[in-house]
Formats: sequence, structure tokens, C-alpha cells
Amino acid sequence: MDFSFLSRYYPMYITGTLNTLALAFFTLILGVVFGVVLALMRLSKNPVLRGFASSYIEFIRGTPLLVQLYIVYYGLPQVTGMRFPSFFAGIIALTVNSSAYIAEIIRAGILSVDAGQMEAVRSLGMSHTLSMRYIIIPQAFKNILPALGNEFIVVIKESAIVSIIGIYDIMYSGNIIRGNTYRPFEPLIIVALIYFIITFTLSNLMGIAERRMRISD
Amino acid sequence: MIKVENLHKKFKDLHVLKGINEEFNKGEVVVIIGPSGSGKSTLLRCLNRLEEPCEGKIYFKNCNIMDKISNINQHREHMGMVFQHFNLFPHLTVLENITLAPMKVKNTSLEKAKEIAMELLETVGLEDKAPVYPAKLSGGQKQRVAIARALAMSPEVMLFDEPTSALDPEMVGEVLEVMKKLAKRGMTMIVVTHEMGFAKEMGDRVLFMDEGNILEAGLPGEVFNDPKHSRTRDFLSKVLRA
Repeated sequence: MDFSFLSRYYPMYITGTLNTLALAFFTLILGVVFGVVLALMRLSKNPVLRGFASSYIEFIRGTPLLVQLYIVYYGLPQVTGMRFPSFFAGIIALTVNSSAYIAEIIRAGILSVDAGQMEAVRSLGMSHTLSMRYIIIPQAFKNILPALGNEFIVVIKESAIVSIIGIYDIMYSGNIIRGNTYRPFEPLIIVALIYFIITFTLSNLMGIAERRMRISD
Repeated sequence: MIKVENLHKKFKDLHVLKGINEEFNKGEVVVIIGPSGSGKSTLLRCLNRLEEPCEGKIYFKNCNIMDKISNINQHREHMGMVFQHFNLFPHLTVLENITLAPMKVKNTSLEKAKEIAMELLETVGLEDKAPVYPAKLSGGQKQRVAIARALAMSPEVMLFDEPTSALDPEMVGEVLEVMKKLAKRGMTMIVVTHEMGFAKEMGDRVLFMDEGNILEAGLPGEVFNDPKHSRTRDFLSKVLRA
């Protein structure tokens, strides 16, 4: 085992890590926003909204992320005539994908809140929207925090796939170093370690958040 | 204050309310009794449309709240409701449970809402529980907070849906005390309950329901001592013997 390549190549890992973090950050924010919207659509009384959300979620969950990424990166420019920068395409594809999973997690969370809560808050004269905002969604989030944390970790790991369209993430930097040094094992071990440090830190942070939210129990 | 005309409610094939006609007057305490499944809770829940009636009219202060143009949220502001299972908001403190609706619906300021909440907590005897989360309260305390929460909107009528049925026996008294206090202050109350003592003592009128109909209505003395229907006699002999 020879890790001497690190002294020369470590800046590549740093760039890669920063790019992976940026990619994951935007994907998670957008994924939660669209996930909430899709979950509310799927629970809505309007059959058009409900139908759209259900088909979207089923289709996205039933197709590989790699295919979705290729459709966004190679397919969309042909149809729209616009070519996205690869980083942007990566965020779109990962968001499209994770929002479907997050929507299902949030929907389950909303359904897990006791029906009596909605009745109580509506009986006070609050509208459906206010009730969702102040009573149902906060409780749903508390219930789904572990599942959501899991999904965040999945997104960070799965984001490695975007290296295939040339986004300079952790995986990409590992690939370059592997090619330059002719040694595949050590550079990939470093790649795995960086992913692990990120996901392990995140899962600890989620644990702290969970404990905070349990104050009211 | 509330007038119900020919109210029907069906759950699929089950005909729960079969044409209810009744009037509830201002300042009146009406107690609805009857066996389980007689439709008494459903009737109460139809009054603020937590249950959507299939047919009929409900007038609240001469306004038909079944009309599509009438905004049900506005009517609900004036009708407080207390549930069997309390339904306090577990992620909010006792104080926040009470201040939420006045602030969000009536735009009451935080200071004013807190002031009202503390007064109400004093009324129900729980002013020291303001900063506590509901999980830390006993059942009786939860129900008293739930009553305070409903009162915070200054409703004109209070609907009680079996408020003591989920309580341990030793906690029933404290909730009934609060309800008696309210009744003495002249609050209009419609109470679905199995507490016959409360019905006798505080009820201005007692309604006996069975199989989706109001079989008997009258002063507590009349209904309890001289029931006209055999079903009423049957029911009373069962619950009063216990």
C-alpha cells in the first residue's frame, strides 16, 4: 500500500469533495421542497394533481437514476435546444430522482399524524393550509426525520454517478488519480473514506436533530 | 342559536342520522345521551361540519352553514369543540396550544393572546402548566387545557364530545367541575356524555337518542324520572344501575 500519491494529488480530492457537497446541498434543499409539493399533491382532493403526482413518483422510482441522468444531460438538449452545464444537469437529475422518494417519505409522515389533530385545529376555525403548516407538517417532520436522514445519505452516495457526465466530484477525482498513478486500490480507498466521513457526520447530525425534536415527548 | 332541520347522515349503507330536527337556544346546556352507535357524536360533529351531513340544514345564528357560499372556518371560530381524546397539539407547549388559533385566525397580538391564555388557564386551574408540553400532563389536565384552548377563541357555543369518556375515573370530577363553572357563567353548551349525574344536575334539557333519532327530549327530571319510551327506560335502567 502506497499513499505517497496524496502529497501530490490531495487538492483534487478537496475540489471533488467541495463539488460533491455543493451538489448534495442543492439536491437535498430542492428535493425536500419538491418532495413536500408532490406529497401534498398526492394527498390532494383534486384528481388531476393526485394523478400527476402518483405517476411521477411511480415512474421515477421505477427507472434507474443513470437513465434519468442521461435523459437530462444528453436527451433534454436535443428536445429543448438548450445545453445545461453538466453540474446543473447533475443537480436536476438528482433532484428529479430524490424528490420522488422524499415525497413518499413525507406523505407517509403526514398520514402518520393522528386524524384528531386535523379535527382539533379545524374546529378552532383555522383553514386547511394553516392547519397543515402549523400542526400537521411539523409533527410529520418529527416522525420522518430518521427516514429523511437515510434518504439524505442515499443521495450523497448515489451522487457519485454524476462523475460519468464529467462532474468533478469525489468519484471523478478518484478516477483521475487512479488513471494518473496506475494504482487503482489506494485512490479508491480514499474516495470511499471521504464518502464515509461525510455520511457518518451527517447521520450524527441527524441524530442530534432527532433528540432536539423529542423535547416535547 | 343553532337550528337543525331534517339532518341526515349516512356512512355508506349505515344510516346514522335519520332526519334530526332540533333547536339549541342561547345560554342553554343541552345534554345528549343514548347508547353507543345511536348517532349522538355524529350529530354533534355535524354541527360544525367535522362530519359532512348528507342532507338537511343547519342554521347557526340564522345563517345556513350548509350553504356553499358560507365560510365554515368563520362559523367554527364561534363554536368551540372539546374531544374525547383531547387532541392537544403535542409539539406545542400548553400556552402555545391555547395562543395558536387566536393569533393565526384573529390576528391577536402575542401579548394579548398570552394574557387571554393565562386567564383561561387560571379558570381551569392550570396556570402553572403554561410552559409544559402536553405529554407531561394527566388526562384530566389535558382535557382542561383542551377546554381552555377552545375558549380562547371566545366561542358562543361549546360542543363537548364525550369529554370524560377517555379519563381515569378519578379525573372525571375535575373536568366536570370546569364544565359546571362554564355552565354557570351562561355558556351555551351541547354535551354528549355518559355522565348522568352531570346531565341531571346541569342540563337544562336532555335529549335521548337511539338509532339515529331523537326519541325523547325534555327537562332532566322528566326524562330521568318519567321516561315515555321503553327504549329510554331500558337505557336508563342499564346506565343508572351501574
